[in-house]
Amino acid sequence: MDVIIDIHELSKKYKGAENYSVKPLSLQIAKGEVFGLLGPNGAGKTTLISMLCGLLEPTSGAFAIDGKTYESDEKELKKIIGVVPQEYALYPTLSAEENLTYFGSMYGLKRKELKTKIAENLERLGLTKFGSKRIDTYSGGMKRRINLIAGIMHEPKVLFLDEPTVGVDVHSKNVIMEYLTEINKRGTTIIYTSHHMTEAQDFCTRIAIVDRGVIYAQGTPSELIASTPDARNLEDVFLSLTGKALRDA
Amino acid sequence: MHKLRMSIQKELLLLRRDIGGVVILFAMPLVLILAVTLIQNAAYQRSGDSQIPILIVDNDKGDVAKSVFENMKDSHAFDLVTEIDGKPITETSAKNAVFSGKYQLAIVIPENLSSDLQAKIDQNVEKILLSFGLADSLKPKVAERIITKKDVKLYFDPAVQMSFKNAVMNNIDKMISKIESQSIYAAFKEQLGDEAGTDPFENQNFIAFKEINPTVGNKEIKPNAVQHNVPAWTLFAMFFIVIPLSINMVKEKNQGTFIRLRTNPVSSAVVIGGKTLTYLIICMIQFYMMIAVGIWIFPLLGLPALNVDANLFMLTVVALFSGLAATGYGILVGTIAKTQEQSAPFGATSVIILAAIGGVWVPVFAMPKFMQYVAMCSPMNWGLDAFYDVFLRNASIMEIYPEIALLFLFFVVTITIALLYDKKKRSV
Ligand SMILES: Nc1ncnc2c1ncn2[C@@H]1O[C@H](COP(=O)(O)OP(=O)(O)O)[C@@H](O)[C@H]1O
Ligand SMILES: [Mg+2]
Repeated sequence: MDVIIDIHELSKKYKGAENYSVKPLSLQIAKGEVFGLLGPNGAGKTTLISMLCGLLEPTSGAFAIDGKTYESDEKELKKIIGVVPQEYALYPTLSAEENLTYFGSMYGLKRKELKTKIAENLERLGLTKFGSKRIDTYSGGMKRRINLIAGIMHEPKVLFLDEPTVGVDVHSKNVIMEYLTEINKRGTTIIYTSHHMTEAQDFCTRIAIVDRGVIYAQGTPSELIASTPDARNLEDVFLSLTGKALRDA
Repeated sequence: MHKLRMSIQKELLLLRRDIGGVVILFAMPLVLILAVTLIQNAAYQRSGDSQIPILIVDNDKGDVAKSVFENMKDSHAFDLVTEIDGKPITETSAKNAVFSGKYQLAIVIPENLSSDLQAKIDQNVEKILLSFGLADSLKPKVAERIITKKDVKLYFDPAVQMSFKNAVMNNIDKMISKIESQSIYAAFKEQLGDEAGTDPFENQNFIAFKEINPTVGNKEIKPNAVQHNVPAWTLFAMFFIVIPLSINMVKEKNQGTFIRLRTNPVSSAVVIGGKTLTYLIICMIQFYMMIAVGIWIFPLLGLPALNVDANLFMLTVVALFSGLAATGYGILVGTIAKTQEQSAPFGATSVIILAAIGGVWVPVFAMPKFMQYVAMCSPMNWGLDAFYDVFLRNASIMEIYPEIALLFLFFVVTITIALLYDKKKRSV
């Protein structure tokens, strides 16, 4: 296995909090994988991803992405990762093109290259017509699509997606998932969180089931289903592992 | 460099889409400077044309009182009032009339001022002459009596301007000491038997009212209304960028765009530099706009025009550093505030307080001593001082260096605190 993300005993306990939001966990993710962190709200998915994106300082433990750490090569590391946050991370008063121009240039994309990238991505996600419209006129699904483009324009080696399909209509969701599959085929490793078991079952090559900051099980979707008696899908796996139904968002 | 340019471009776009912010940045200072200067100018003209009525309570009825009143009349600045509603004024009625705001000033001349002054002087002169052995031996010796110190009481309307108060007090003080010395002179003459009998107050017009120039430290600073208002309201406007700037930063945090700024391969220097340069550009536009108003709009409204002469370069330097200080402050407020509900009222209130203590409304020289020290804490005061220095003294870089350095230090300190705070927040 060609490891691209190597996590060692990583944990996070927020200041003033009673419990760890992520209990010390170790995890390895291989190049080219679509790795799903699945769990209910409050499981610690965003906390884990935020540490991996350099947004949050770990309480203990360490990790390396493509052999780099934030302590030693922050800038280099930031160049090779892409982040699609759970919230819409866009300027509502700017148009989609203006937003993407700004965020793209922060990754060093310039002029023609940047313009082409923006045009291609808008086209691919069916938003060409709306490129010059302000984000605050967009529907939730359209915002999610722009949010995605902003994180992938620079063709990152590793892409972190935090619930990229939350609050999205079926059409937008399909467009997004298809595009992500395509991006993965081009070689980008994807780490993705969701509390949608069915969506993840089709999309992910490997899955970790998380709750209360702990990884309960990990493996390919079929491995997980096979190793759980009477399980027909991931939903059943989750139920039998945690003993409870999923709290929905 | 490219990233910095794109950051500035983004900030400018955000501002352009924020009508409220644009109004605060450009329309508000325009309205303020025009309104305030017009009002001040009107007040100034009125007090120039008309006489200020002053209540007079003369318990002395002697030569000193007469002399004081005649001097005041001659100045044409005052209308001396000795009766209210046909009744002679007493100290009590004068006090009430002034404190209730009907009059701005009452002067109470104490009883026996003239006679006691004369007696005191005679005693002293006699003593001096005795010690020289020159006393007029023919004069009968008067038993020396204790003469108490006399106070001329001034009652001011509490709302009266400090500068007016100072001027009046200074002049009365001067007048009385002149009369004192005049009397001493006369007493000597009389004792020495030289031209005895001449009126000791022959030169009654030698005291005239003169405007006292206010001073700060030992420097005389006397900006006119325009020279004060243009820089003062420019600084006020510059610091008001705190509101749109901090709101934009808080929005970034809440919209999640902050997450992108933090995960981009971009240093905080570029992020903060982009904001600083953008708002510095805004500050400079504000500055040139206000200067333009001073030069071209004021004369159209019958106000004195602002005279910039060859000082524009130095003024620009002062404006640049003031703008830096304002931007640093805005970034600090934007970093610490969590919501717009925190940043906007706090930003506005703090800027108004900094403006008030810094001498934007009431110039520092017109403030009480204690407040003059407080004023030194306001960056707007440093900027204002530097502007005064350039306007009034054609100061060079070396002369405004202390103020400029303070403004720059303020910028450095605010940005440093913002960066440290930001770092601390990451380790929640
Ligand atoms: N900034 C924070 N301060 C304190 N506790 C937090 C903070 N963010 C999240 N938590 C807590 O950490 C736990 C995990 O949250 P999160 O990582 O957002 O879960 P998920 O993304 O899986 O829904 C929750 O119990 C949440 O309340
Ligand atoms: Mg989450």
